[in-house]
Amino acid sequence: MDSDEGDREPLSRRAEWSDVIPLPQDDGPNPVVSIAYKEDFRETMDYFRAIYQADERSPRALCLTREAILANPGNYTVWHFRRLVLQALNADLYKELDFLQQIANSNAKNYQLWHHRRWVIERLGADARAKELELNKEILSRDTKNYHAWSHRQWVLQALGGWEDELDYCHCLLEQDVFNNSTWNQRYFVITRSPFLGGLKAMRESEVRYTVKAILAQPNNESPWRYLRGLYKDDIEALVDDPQVSSVCLKVMNTKSNYIFALIMLLDLLCNGFQPSQEFRDAVDALWTSDTHPLDSDLAKAICYILEHVDSLRAGYWMWRKSKLPQAA
Amino acid sequence: MESFGSLTLTQRDQIMVEQQVFSILKTFYEMPPSSQSVMMELQREDHVEYLTKGLKHLGPNFCVLDANRPWICYWILHSIALMDEFLDPELEDNIIDFLSRCQDPDGGYGGGPGQMPHLATTYAAVNSLVTLGGDKALSSINREKLYTFLRRRKEPSGAFRMHDGGEIDVRACYTAISVASLLNILDDDLVQGLGDYILSCQTYEGGIAGEPGSEAHGGYTFCGLATMILINEVDRLDLSSLIDWVVFRQGVEGGFQGRTNKLVDGCYSFWQGGVFALLKRVHSTKVEQSVLLPGEEDSGAESLQTTTSSDEGEEDLNEDSSQAVSHFDRRHARVEPLFNSLALQQYIILCAQEPGGGLRDKPGKSRDHYHTCYCLSGLSVCQHSWSADEDSPPLPNAVLGPYSNLLEPINPLYNVVLDRYQEAHEFFTRS
Repeated sequence: MDSDEGDREPLSRRAEWSDVIPLPQDDGPNPVVSIAYKEDFRETMDYFRAIYQADERSPRALCLTREAILANPGNYTVWHFRRLVLQALNADLYKELDFLQQIANSNAKNYQLWHHRRWVIERLGADARAKELELNKEILSRDTKNYHAWSHRQWVLQALGGWEDELDYCHCLLEQDVFNNSTWNQRYFVITRSPFLGGLKAMRESEVRYTVKAILAQPNNESPWRYLRGLYKDDIEALVDDPQVSSVCLKVMNTKSNYIFALIMLLDLLCNGFQPSQEFRDAVDALWTSDTHPLDSDLAKAICYILEHVDSLRAGYWMWRKSKLPQAA
Repeated sequence: MESFGSLTLTQRDQIMVEQQVFSILKTFYEMPPSSQSVMMELQREDHVEYLTKGLKHLGPNFCVLDANRPWICYWILHSIALMDEFLDPELEDNIIDFLSRCQDPDGGYGGGPGQMPHLATTYAAVNSLVTLGGDKALSSINREKLYTFLRRRKEPSGAFRMHDGGEIDVRACYTAISVASLLNILDDDLVQGLGDYILSCQTYEGGIAGEPGSEAHGGYTFCGLATMILINEVDRLDLSSLIDWVVFRQGVEGGFQGRTNKLVDGCYSFWQGGVFALLKRVHSTKVEQSVLLPGEEDSGAESLQTTTSSDEGEEDLNEDSSQAVSHFDRRHARVEPLFNSLALQQYIILCAQEPGGGLRDKPGKSRDHYHTCYCLSGLSVCQHSWSADEDSPPLPNAVLGPYSNLLEPINPLYNVVLDRYQEAHEFFTRS
């Protein structure tokens, strides 16, 4: 059962397979996108095709699907058939987790593997939860942004629970890398959906404080700025009214460095009815040092104009935003 | 105020890529103009050679794509079509034959002969056949059976499952709807509940995730937006938030990243760049219509007169601008792209092209057919990003490098070359 190529005994020489006639792939007389399969691979798949066509859900079929998966973990037909066999044999799904663990290392971004894992855990239920969340953390420790791992984690939490430590876990990860957007996304997921936390509105104030701290530490980090806006999703008036929000914009602008996101947030506030005090006007003016092109008296227009220049990659977008501003009163 | 050592992993990874990219750009800018001209060329011949070779033979390492062979067909065929090249008719016939062997008797296409049908490989097979064009290719698709396959993949939530017992996500939704629309078999049963599902996948960032709760991601954003347009529910999305997210996915390198604070990757030239091409088809997000004055066409100057257009309630402006447009030659209707088209073209041409043929994720990564397809698709989007409609060929200054770099325009909803789409549309409308 070794996956070491040199040691592999051809299926044609294994006694337990002697009754099976391998089924070659029907590529036709003039194949295209034709892969130069190694002999081992070709043979494994020829035998798989035979078993699959015969719909043989036996222990040897289970072994064969393992070999086929190791040869090509992307073959969703093999994975699907393996599930049918596992069910037919009422197999030990904890062993299945071990198998998945074995191949997770070199296949951390494989859709089929993650989907299969979900299928297994679904059947094992709450008992499997704690270990699953731990193993998932290990995968994330090696690739902190693995999209499949994060989606899987979210699925486990929603299907089986385990929310209690999740916010702490997010905090821990953010301490290591405050720029990790996947972690910020997870944080949002937790505060909006955890049955222990009371929902977005209940969490909002403390989260705003948390986010403002992160912003002040790294104002050029896009993640907390978007997270901050997210805290006020569908409640834009509250965003405009929250002094913490306008105040962080002012603070960052006054440092005169890494102020682009602060300007953008201020622009969004203005577009939604924010009435700026003179402080805000002065802070924006201080960022613009040209005499030849004075700033517009309308603060929102002035900000768009500045952004066209300091975020010039997006000049087209800022011109469009300016064109969509309501005409000044 | 921090020392180099206290940078986070995200920051370190980003700096490394920026250094590589800037070093390429620096080398480029220090070259004499004659060398620069060569560097700015799309190496068509090399790419075509790389692609046609792959259409015939692939090495043993490709066994990891043994369940994705219709994809390999599509990536190659579409790339070749973008460059307006043609294949041997015999090779075309062989491809049609191969894809027929991937077609399941009960509908849909699998990753290879004898494999279960799968929505993604179905999408790839159909797009391949549409790209080949002609009655033989188009009539080889069993539409009736395919429809039943799509119905079987439909979930109570409104979403779709990739295959029997497979995963559910926004990609599955897009591949199903794209195929249904292209083949003119889209109906209420396929559409019902789908808008709700995709809406639930738009995140607080503005982009769209693969599943509800997951992170906003370029690939899924393209899929989600295209699907919503195809089912005519696009205005249910928070479009201004989506646009705001996607414009910030373009980085200093010129290329696009897939997610906030991640690294640039050539394939997002299409997944993210293509979002802008899609948005052009969405009436409510129409950008400034720039109209060229007579006599300006030859100078190659960009937009001059601008009139703002379509916000709700600003019907007067609409009327004015449409009158203004009809006053001049409609063939020169232009729009301003919301993203930086020239910066993206520069990334694709200078950083994503591999010497010897093929395109790649970023410098330091190897070429592959997937990245070749999506870098070129993104390049086409860029070159046509000023065109309001496809009747007008792009002005020279829309195309970075020699005008011979110009690729065929696509229909961004399906990512097939526009001519081929039109042929297929006619074919499946009358049959």
